[in-house]
Amino acid sequence: MFTGFMTNAWLVGTIVAIVAGVVGFFIVLRGQAFVADAVPQGAFAGAAGASLLGINTLIGLAVAALLGALGIGWLGRRGRRDVATALALVVLLGLGALFLSFSTEYAPEIYALLFGEVLGVSANEVLPIAVLAVVSVAAIAALYRPLLLSSVMPELAEARGIRPARVETLFLVVVALATSMALPVVGALLIFSLMIGPPAAARSVTSKPLPALVLSAVIAVVVVWASIVAAYDTNWPVGFFVGAFGALCYAAGRVWAALRGRRPARPGGWRDTGEQGVPAANVRV
Amino acid sequence: MKRRPEALRGAAPRGGGADAGPVLDVDGVSLWLSGRKVLDDVSFSLAPGEFAGLIGSNGAGKTTLLRVILGLQAPSAGTVRVAGQPRTRRGSLIGYVPQKILLDPDMPLRARDLVGLGLDGQRLGIPLPSARRRHQVDEMLQAVGAARFADTRVGLLSGGEQQRVLIAHALISRPRLLLLDEPLANLDIASEQDVVELLGQVARQQQVAVLISAHDMNPLLPVMDRIVYMAAGRAASGTTAEVVRPEVLSDLYGQHVDVIRVHNRILVVAAARGEGLDVPSPAPVLHEGA
Amino acid sequence: MDRLLHAVFEPGFFSSGPVHVALAVGGVVALVSGIVGSFAVVRGQSYAGHALADISVTGGSASFLVGISPLWGFVGVGVLAAGVMDMIGIQRPRGRDLATGVVRGAGLGLAALFLYWDTTHSNVTGATITILFGSLFTVSSSLLPAIVALSVAAVAIVAVLYRPLLLSTVAADLAAARGVSVRLVGLACLAAIALAVSLSAMTIGTILSTALLIGPAAIGLRLSSRPGLAMAWSALAGLAATWLGVLLAYDSFYWPPSRHGWPVSFFVVTLIFLGYVAVQGITTRVRRA
Repeated sequence: MFTGFMTNAWLVGTIVAIVAGVVGFFIVLRGQAFVADAVPQGAFAGAAGASLLGINTLIGLAVAALLGALGIGWLGRRGRRDVATALALVVLLGLGALFLSFSTEYAPEIYALLFGEVLGVSANEVLPIAVLAVVSVAAIAALYRPLLLSSVMPELAEARGIRPARVETLFLVVVALATSMALPVVGALLIFSLMIGPPAAARSVTSKPLPALVLSAVIAVVVVWASIVAAYDTNWPVGFFVGAFGALCYAAGRVWAALRGRRPARPGGWRDTGEQGVPAANVRV
Repeated sequence: MKRRPEALRGAAPRGGGADAGPVLDVDGVSLWLSGRKVLDDVSFSLAPGEFAGLIGSNGAGKTTLLRVILGLQAPSAGTVRVAGQPRTRRGSLIGYVPQKILLDPDMPLRARDLVGLGLDGQRLGIPLPSARRRHQVDEMLQAVGAARFADTRVGLLSGGEQQRVLIAHALISRPRLLLLDEPLANLDIASEQDVVELLGQVARQQQVAVLISAHDMNPLLPVMDRIVYMAAGRAASGTTAEVVRPEVLSDLYGQHVDVIRVHNRILVVAAARGEGLDVPSPAPVLHEGA
Repeated sequence: MDRLLHAVFEPGFFSSGPVHVALAVGGVVALVSGIVGSFAVVRGQSYAGHALADISVTGGSASFLVGISPLWGFVGVGVLAAGVMDMIGIQRPRGRDLATGVVRGAGLGLAALFLYWDTTHSNVTGATITILFGSLFTVSSSLLPAIVALSVAAVAIVAVLYRPLLLSTVAADLAAARGVSVRLVGLACLAAIALAVSLSAMTIGTILSTALLIGPAAIGLRLSSRPGLAMAWSALAGLAATWLGVLLAYDSFYWPPSRHGWPVSFFVVTLIFLGYVAVQGITTRVRRA
């Protein structure tokens, strides 16, 4: 299991997990699980289009991911955030359906892009993935303080001269990058499991940001390793295991928090969401 | 001062005319939450038409007490009766004005729709358009001074406007008891006075018992018949003269406090060292007037 | 005049059997999604609606294995998932989207597994595409009665709970104080949403399912501040987009590059999106004086 083509799988899997854990920490903090879900799906459409035109799939992925992420940001500023996310997503998917209809011999590749084919990662794909990963993590490191502040206390951030809208756009770009990088490995439909389950579990354990960030990456790596092993053994899709283990992490986190009588901090910040539960991020006045 | 139309006058509340028992009877209510005693043997009662202020600082237990009275939270001990009815039958007897509601500007609900829901919001099915219903709603909106923005979405209203709409919503079903949770918190002084006066009229003319929670008793002094003063889950109830006294409040707070009257205002102040008034040193103020 | 009509409606449109079914099924689904979707959007459950569509796909793919009709696979699992989401606490603001995402991830993981078993064990190629994207033109007309019945049920739930639902969405405490069981009402609403999206996911695919649930509703919310009217606009917008999409898809049969038509989902989604952007641009969130 540890030789030959599997080394690529382990390498790429670990890289993806680290990035997903790091980016996912902020996704969960900002209550943007839907965005983490929508961008990969939209990116999938780009992959379909790219392969149709003969371009490197990864580039098509990245372009579509960026379009989707920025589209969400743009639409979200003019209307409800969740509506914007949903619409951006379906438009990209609609385009994807269109591209798919142009060619009929695509079914197996689609499956891989949707659900992941970590064992099929080739050696020459490792480098681009690694590069994107480094860029993503570096961007998060650079944005760390403004991102943290504007996620948790947006009014305070504004008072300090940080523009939440600008930070938001940059963050969405990073999400797009992380997505494009992770898609070939874990698949479009399940990358977000990595970005949600492990960070949620990490936050249940500690509410201090930096330890939670690191723990989130660690848990993500463990999830990916376990999924690779399981997928190798059973031949079942790796995405299934990521989804299942991700959910287990989330559940474990909640049980842990309940046992300790502590609830994880609210995503999205201090603003009052009201008893009726409209997430604060969705309300634009 | 605008004249309030008949919507606020006249018709006796449902459930019979002037009956003997109190509208609200809170008896020995205690509540433990997460190991803390949030309410400690609270007892008081309200007669029809009485206006009472539930005064206390944040964390004293006011909102919790209101929730217990509304039936949203069961007490660990003690009983609450509204017009003699136990918790399960209370719904239509109480009008409730929460501090604030959903602020979503997309919500397709106009002020008049929300007030209309006050008549029948708990009933199943879709309401048939009825001239009578519309007239009732219009009247009530007029009465609280909300006719101006009757067709505006509730999510777009300002704090004061929302308040009026919520009051209309609560009053339209002719409750016996009206509960308001910190209604004055976000209002400017003029609006404050307007609302207090409106509520005072409602209490008198409709013989509705009004219980309004606030952290400052001073705006309510002109209309308040009695005060329920809360601190750390305990309550003392009576007229202002009976309750707002150093002995009573010191006992309630568990430390020495002083009561200072300045012009028509009342200030409740904690002493710096716990032994009598010592004005020169900066005294931690627990309670202050406008 | 004839030529204009011919340009818009390719010959055979009105007499084509599959088109009739497409218009009927698409129409019903669009209406239901528009009505139920209004509540989904104002309750901040857009993501939940999207997630439920995909989760019902899991049910659909499992149905091949168990041998029951896909309809019950979709609907059953969809409603079940709604119950699970409610249990996890999706009605509470804290971590709601998080819970949705996790449930969706798990559900899709299962879908991956089932599809994998499907293709390796029963050699149903193209099953992936059909399930994920659906195809309005290939829905069997025998399903129509069941679809209509379930759609009516979804709308009925929302109609019966209309007032308590409105009240508990705007002010949960107010509703609770009046004796409304906010929790139960919320669960019923989520179940209605699940019903609507699982029907649409099965017949027109998950893309359109989400699009028809959310887009027209968002349009309706902008166009009217009265609850009933907003829902009516929403239903109308969804219906118009769907029927126009069907027409365009039919007309596109001879278009390049593949000469077998562009997908309906592409047209409908694009129309909805354009409609949304147009309404956003034209109206603004102003108070009426």
